[in-house]
Amino acid sequence: MKSSAMRDLMALTERADIISLAGGLPDTASFPAESFAAIMSRVAVDSTARSLQYGPTEGLAVLKGCIAEVMAEEGTEIDPEEVLVTTGGQQVIDLVCKTVVDPGDVIVAEAPTYPGAVPTFCSYQADVVQVSLDEDGMRIDELEATLDRLEAQGRRPKFIYTVPTFQNPAGTTMSLPRRRRLVEVARERELLVLEDNPYGLLRYEGDPLPTLFALEGGDFVVYLGTFSKILSPGVRLGWSVGPRPVLEKMNIGKQATDLCSSSLTQLFVAAYFAGGRWQDYVQSLREIYRRRRDVMLDSLAECLGPESRWTHPQGGLFIWATLPDYIDTTDLLARALDEHVAFVPGRAAYVDGRGGSSMRLNFSGVGEADIREGVRRIGEVVREQVELYGTLTGSHRIVAPAEPEEPARPDPDLADVLHLPAPPERRQRPGAREG
Amino acid sequence: MTRVAVLKGGRSLERQVSLKSGARVQDALERLGHDVVAIDVGHDLVARLRDTAPDVAFVALHGRDGEDGTVQELLEALGIPYTGPGVSACIRCADKVLAKHHMLDAGIPTPDFFAFNETAFKELGAADALPAIEERLRFPIVVKPAGQGSALGIKFAAEPKDVPGALVAAFSYGDKVLLEHHVDGRDLAVSIVDGEALPIVEAVPREEDFYDFEARYEFGRTEFVCPAQLPGGLSARAQQLALDVWRVMGCRGFARVDLMLAASGDELTVLEANAIPGMTETSLLPQAADAAGIGFDALIERIVQLAE
Repeated sequence: MKSSAMRDLMALTERADIISLAGGLPDTASFPAESFAAIMSRVAVDSTARSLQYGPTEGLAVLKGCIAEVMAEEGTEIDPEEVLVTTGGQQVIDLVCKTVVDPGDVIVAEAPTYPGAVPTFCSYQADVVQVSLDEDGMRIDELEATLDRLEAQGRRPKFIYTVPTFQNPAGTTMSLPRRRRLVEVARERELLVLEDNPYGLLRYEGDPLPTLFALEGGDFVVYLGTFSKILSPGVRLGWSVGPRPVLEKMNIGKQATDLCSSSLTQLFVAAYFAGGRWQDYVQSLREIYRRRRDVMLDSLAECLGPESRWTHPQGGLFIWATLPDYIDTTDLLARALDEHVAFVPGRAAYVDGRGGSSMRLNFSGVGEADIREGVRRIGEVVREQVELYGTLTGSHRIVAPAEPEEPARPDPDLADVLHLPAPPERRQRPGAREG
Repeated sequence: MTRVAVLKGGRSLERQVSLKSGARVQDALERLGHDVVAIDVGHDLVARLRDTAPDVAFVALHGRDGEDGTVQELLEALGIPYTGPGVSACIRCADKVLAKHHMLDAGIPTPDFFAFNETAFKELGAADALPAIEERLRFPIVVKPAGQGSALGIKFAAEPKDVPGALVAAFSYGDKVLLEHHVDGRDLAVSIVDGEALPIVEAVPREEDFYDFEARYEFGRTEFVCPAQLPGGLSARAQQLALDVWRVMGCRGFARVDLMLAASGDELTVLEANAIPGMTETSLLPQAADAAGIGFDALIERIVQLAE
C-alpha cells in the first residue's frame, strides 16, 4: 500500500465495533484452552532453560521434524536438515529480498498479489512487474512474454513471487499444467521462484495439487511455509526450503535480523506436534472455514447484484470480488466503515493503480452470523452506489465488470472466473496538452 | 505549569494523522514543562475532561468531530479554554461549500463551483443539469466531498464521462459534494498564527509528466518549498487574501488557507481554509513557522497561550 490515505483508512478497520472482513486472521478461538495450557506447562516444566534461551539461527532440530511432517502431509518430502526456520512466513519474503534484491531490480508477481508482500518489495526498492492471473492461476504465457520483454531491455528479474494455491487475495489455484510450465520456465531461464504456500492444507473441495517445490525440476523454487494458518500466527513461525546457496545466504541475513526465532514458541509447536493431534485440528479448521466460505458465497449471491462478480475458492481464506468499474472500493470502504464493516480495497494488491473496483473479503476471521451481516452491509452500500450511478447517468443499465455475458449468479462450478480490471488510462495533465 | 489536555485520534477518517499530530504536540508540551494529559477522543471524552480538569485543551483532532465545531462546542459547555478557532469558524471552515459562499459574499476569489446534496440527484433530477453545470464550470472539474478534510474522495474529471463516477466516490464521504473548476497552476498554502501570515509553502509534484491529482498527497511524490518563490508582489497578495479569509471565517489562534496561483497569469484563488491544520513532521504549518524562525516548541507554546 503506497498511498498514505489508504493506509490511514485501513488502520480504522481494526476498530472493535467493525465487522472486519479485511484481515487474514485464522480463527484462533477454536484452539482448545486446556490443550494450550497443558502444552505450555509441559514446555515450562520439561524445557525451562532451553525455552528461555537463544537457539540456532536455522531453528531447533525438533521443530524441523514437525515441518517435515507438515510438508509430507502435502506430499512434499524434504530432509529436515535443509530447513531454515523463520519468524513467520513474512520473514521468508523479507529474507529472499534481502538476499537477492538490489534497488531497481525486478520482481515478478501476480496481479493481484499478496498485499502484505508489496511493502516488503517496496522497502527493498524493487521494481515490481505484475502478471495477470485467471481461474487457473498466474498466466504463464503472459509471464513468458513479460520475461522476453524484460530480457530485451536487458533486465533479469531476481525472482518470481507466487501464491499458487488458494491465492491471496484472488482465491484462485494454479492448475497442474501451469505449475509444470512455471517450473520449466524457471529452470530454462535459471530464475528463482518464491512459492508462498500458507494455505495449501486448507482445502475444502477438489483434489490436492503438488507444490511447485515438489515438482520434477523444481530446483529453482524457494518454498515458504508457515504455522500461522494451520496452528497460530501468534507463534510467529514459518520456514523455508530451497536451493542451498540461497538458503545459506538467507541464514546469514536472518542472523543479522533477529539471530533466531523464538525458542519458546518452537518448543511449544514441537510439544504440540508430539501430541499427535495436529492433523485433527487442521481438519476442524477446514470444517469451520468451509462452512464460513459457503456462508460468504451464499451471502454474496444474495446481496451483490448481477453487476458484480467474485471468485469461488476451493480453499484458503479469501474471496476476491469485482464491482462495476465506476465504483472505487477505496472510497466505498469509507462508506462501509460508516456501516461498521470493512474489507481490503483491491488497489492494495497492485503496485500500478489497478484493482480500483475490486475488494478482498476474508471469511476465516469472523463467525458465520458476522459474515452474513457484513456482506449484507457491503451489499447495501454497493446497491446504494449502483443506484446513484444509475440516477446520475440517467440510466439503470447494468455494467458488468468485465464480461457482460457471464451469468448473473454463477454456477459454483463456473464461478471461479476471475475478472480483473484493466490498467487505468494515463491521465493527461490538465491544460498541458490539448485534451 | 499549565495542565494541557491534548485531544487526538477520534473516529474520523483522519484518525492516524491526528494521532501523529497529537503525539508531536504532546512531546513539545512536555519539553515546555507543561503537565500533559493525552486523550484519545471517544465515548468517555466528557468524563475524562471532568476528571483531569485541564487548564487548556489542545485540539489536535482532524476531520469529523474535531474540526467541525463539535468538540469545540463541548469544550465551551464545559468551560475549558481550547486552542485554535472557535465553534462558528470551525463550522464555516469544515464545510467547503459554506466556506466558499462566505468567500464569495466577501468578494474573495474562489474557483467556480456548484454543490449538491444526494437528494438533489435522487429527488430533483439534478443529473439532468450536469451538462449545463459542466458547460458553466468548464473541464477539468474537481469533485470533492464537502466535509472531508484529507485527499480522500477527491476525484478529477477530465470529461463528462468521468463525472458520475467521481460523484459516486465523493458521496461515499458525506451527503454534500462540490463540483469545482480545476485551476491548473501552483498549490500554495498560507499558514496563519494569531492573525499573522507566515511564509508561503508551495507543494510541487515531483513527476511533472504524469499528473495525478492524488499524487501530491502521497509521501515522496510531492516536494514542499518554503518560502515559495513567487513573482514580485504575489507573496504579499496571497498572504493578504489568506488573512481576508481568516477574518471572514472568524478564525483565531491558528489556521491554514490553501490557494491556487493560475498557471497562466497571476490570478490567485482560494480553495479552502483548514481550522485545525496538521502538526506532523511533514505538515505545512510547522514548516511555515520554521521558515519564519519559529521552532516547533515555540509555535506550540504560542498556540497554547492563544487558547480562549
